[in-house]
Formats: sequence, structure tokens, C-alpha cells
Amino acid sequence: MRSSKFIIVFISLLTSIVALVLSVLFTGLKDKHDENQVIFSKKSILLAIQEELGDGSVLDMTNQEINELFDKNIEQLVVNSEGHILDKEAVEAKGYLGGLAEDVNLSKEKKKKETDRLLPLYIYKGKKDNPIYIVTLKGSGLWDEVSGNIAIDADLNTVVGASFDHVSETPGMGAEIKDNPNFRLRFKGKKIYDESGNYRSVKLVKGGVFTDPEHEVDGITAATLTGVGVSKMLQNGIKSYEAYFKTLKK
Amino acid sequence: MTEVKERKLSFFAFGRKERRLVTEPINDTNPITVQILGVCSALAVTSLMWPSIVMSIAVLFVVAFSSFFTSLLRNYIPSQVRMIVQLVIIAFLVTVVELFLKAYSFPVWKQLSVFIGLIITNCIPMGRLEAYAMANSPWKSFLDGVGNSLGYGIILIVISFIRELLGKGSLMAGSPLEVKLIGNSSAYLINTSEVSWLNWYSNNNLMSLPVAAMFILAIIIWIQRSSNRKLINIS
Repeated sequence: MRSSKFIIVFISLLTSIVALVLSVLFTGLKDKHDENQVIFSKKSILLAIQEELGDGSVLDMTNQEINELFDKNIEQLVVNSEGHILDKEAVEAKGYLGGLAEDVNLSKEKKKKETDRLLPLYIYKGKKDNPIYIVTLKGSGLWDEVSGNIAIDADLNTVVGASFDHVSETPGMGAEIKDNPNFRLRFKGKKIYDESGNYRSVKLVKGGVFTDPEHEVDGITAATLTGVGVSKMLQNGIKSYEAYFKTLKK
Repeated sequence: MTEVKERKLSFFAFGRKERRLVTEPINDTNPITVQILGVCSALAVTSLMWPSIVMSIAVLFVVAFSSFFTSLLRNYIPSQVRMIVQLVIIAFLVTVVELFLKAYSFPVWKQLSVFIGLIITNCIPMGRLEAYAMANSPWKSFLDGVGNSLGYGIILIVISFIRELLGKGSLMAGSPLEVKLIGNSSAYLINTSEVSWLNWYSNNNLMSLPVAAMFILAIIIWIQRSSNRKLINIS
């Protein structure tokens, strides 16, 4: 048996060494992590309009190609829940260095009150007079956050594409929202509003039994709770952009 | 005689005893099928082959090096808090793996998501540290760790091969080596809708559920126990 003193010294030494090595590694690799994260979200925004972009799969592009394509084609805006566009200074004042839509941390925004949230909006102007609006959404899956990018046509009603991501859904089940290349294609052509102009959004249904095919998408088998999270995200997330879309329609 | 001399001379000797440390856990003392350790992750990660392989490599790294470090410290680790010390070492190595994966292989990190962190709660590292590394030399403990993770990895790969093939019709999905083998569209190598005597075939969704791994694991244990004489004697 060791004395209590030895135990305390031993454990303190061990944990200090471990903490030191980990913090050095973490700070050393932080830039790399951040860069990967930025590229990843750009990739996922571009993936939502993959069918519009045409040439070459976004997923196979190098980091540099993604940056070039993104900077060339995508315009970034930050709007608030009342539909006003915020300028760079206003966004920076909210604590996001850089002041662009890509600098806004959605996880932080999700924790705020709905009326206080900043909403990043990406506009693809590849086709003349026919901009595509890409809204970014964040919700809760089974284990952790799920997120999505929904590309909406210039009529502000028809979905032209979508892409999804998650933090820690189960591979082969909930993670299929990102890994199954067919899942995102199911959103194409769905409508946000019904014929009389009421907000409906899109939701996932089980087993492909549709009662309202314009607003329903076949979900993922064995991922019911992730599906519920995604449906909720689609329901609440797109709605928050409504105010801005209304200003466009005028 | 010469072998004994060599073993004394070299710290990193690799004689018959050392070889057995690596090969025994692959069959006779397999961590999953015989020691019944690490079953939780064997059920959870095995729906696809690629995450299973990356998971096996990560476990190999963590188990081998945590055995090594624990064995180095074994004479100093106070027995009252040995579990905590072992856990600190395991958690440390798991975090290192995660940081490097996130920096240099971001898509794989994204795909494995929770499972890397779950190596900490995997029974194999803890089990091997308690059972072997606390009482043996660093090099032997390292080899014991390698052997046990190989035994673990082989079972994982066999289960995930069966589950992915029958559940999704593909192999190695998500990796550069992806093969779409059997399914009812033109994207697959064997298009079942075009082969008349195969058009009844469809992917079995049950295989994608963790429950399937339970059945397959049980069948593997059954086959192993009825073919391996050493195991027949135990039970």
C-alpha cells in the first residue's frame, strides 16, 4: 500500500503531464481543425446546389477548388428574424470576427431566443435573374446536433436541393442523412408553402407512405429519432427566414 | 540456449513466447468471442466495413500503447487508484487519436463520430491493462495489446463484412475502395432487377440493425467453439 501523499503526488504529476501534452497538441492542431471545419461547411453548402453546379462532384474536390468555387459563385448575407440585412459591422458587434455569414456560429445562435438569432443566407447567382437561396439550419438529432442546407428556388417555394450533416449520429443509421447519397436527392422539387400560401415546410415520413407528397420525404429506416430531429429542424429553421423572404416578394 | 541468451540481450526480442502473445488472442483467447470483452462496440460499429477497420486501427493504437505505458509505470502505480491511472492513460491516447484524425482525416473523423470516444469505455483496454500489463514487462504488454486488438479487429471485420453485404449490398462504403456489389439498380455490379433468377433478392434491413451483429457474433462463437479443441475442453 502506498501512502496518501505518494498517491496525491503521483496522480497530480500524471494528470499534469497528460494535460500539458494534450493542450500542446490541441493548440498545435487547432488551425488545421478550424480550416477543415470551414471547408467542410462550404462543401456542404455547395453540395445542396450540386445539381445546379453540374460539373464534377463537390465531394471529390480539393480544399482549394472548394474555396475558389465558393468565392466565385456564392454571395453571403446575414439577416435577422425581422428580415433586415445586417452589415459587416453589425455582425462583428455580435461577436463574430470577420462579419460574414460563414463566420456565424450556428450552434451558438441556436441557444439564443428565436427573435435574437442571426441567420446566415447564401445566394447562388450562377444563373442570371434566377438566384437560388440556400438557408442553413441547425437542429437536434438523436445524440447531438444535426444540420442542413436547403437550396430554395427564386420562387421562394420550391426546394432545388439539400444537404445534411450531423455531429454524432450512429453510422449506418442516423448518419445516413449525410452518408446516403440518395437521401438528399429526395428533397428536390418539394414545396415549402401549400397552394393557398400557408407555411408547411417539408417533413420526413416512415416507409414512404405519403399523404401529402409535396411536403413529405421518405425517411431513413432504423433512424426514427434522427428523422424526427430533421423534420423539426426543417419545420422551425426555414420558418425563421420567412420575414426576409417576404421582403423579397414585395 | 542461444534463444534465451538473445532474449536477455534484446529488449525488443521476438521469440516463440512473444509470437504467442500476438497469435493466441486471434483464436484461442480472442477478446470478443472467448473473453467476451468489447462486445458493445462490436455490435454498434459493425454496420459498415470501413468504420470497423478504422475503429480496429484506433483500438490497436490505444490498447498497444496504453499497455506499454501502464507496464512502464506498473511498479509505481498505487494499487488503490490503479483503475483511475489506467483510465487516464487510455483517455489520453484516445484523445490523441481523435485530435490527429480530426486534423488529417476529417471525413473519417466525421463518419466515426462517437465511436472514437467510446474506445475509452471499451472493455478491452481496461481488461488487458488489469489482466496483463500490470504484471508484465512493457514490450510483452505491448505485444499482448497488439494481439488482442488484432483478435478484436478480425471479428469486427468479419461481422461488418456480412452485415454490409447483406444489409446494404455494398462493401467498404464511404472509403476510396467502395464496391457496390448487389442491389436492384444499375449502380450495383450485380443488378438483381436484370437477373431473372435473382429478382426476389433485396437488401435485408435487419442486417443494418445492431441486433444482427448479435446473431452473427453468436454464430461465430458457435463455429469457433465447435472447431477449436482447446475451447471445447474449457466448456
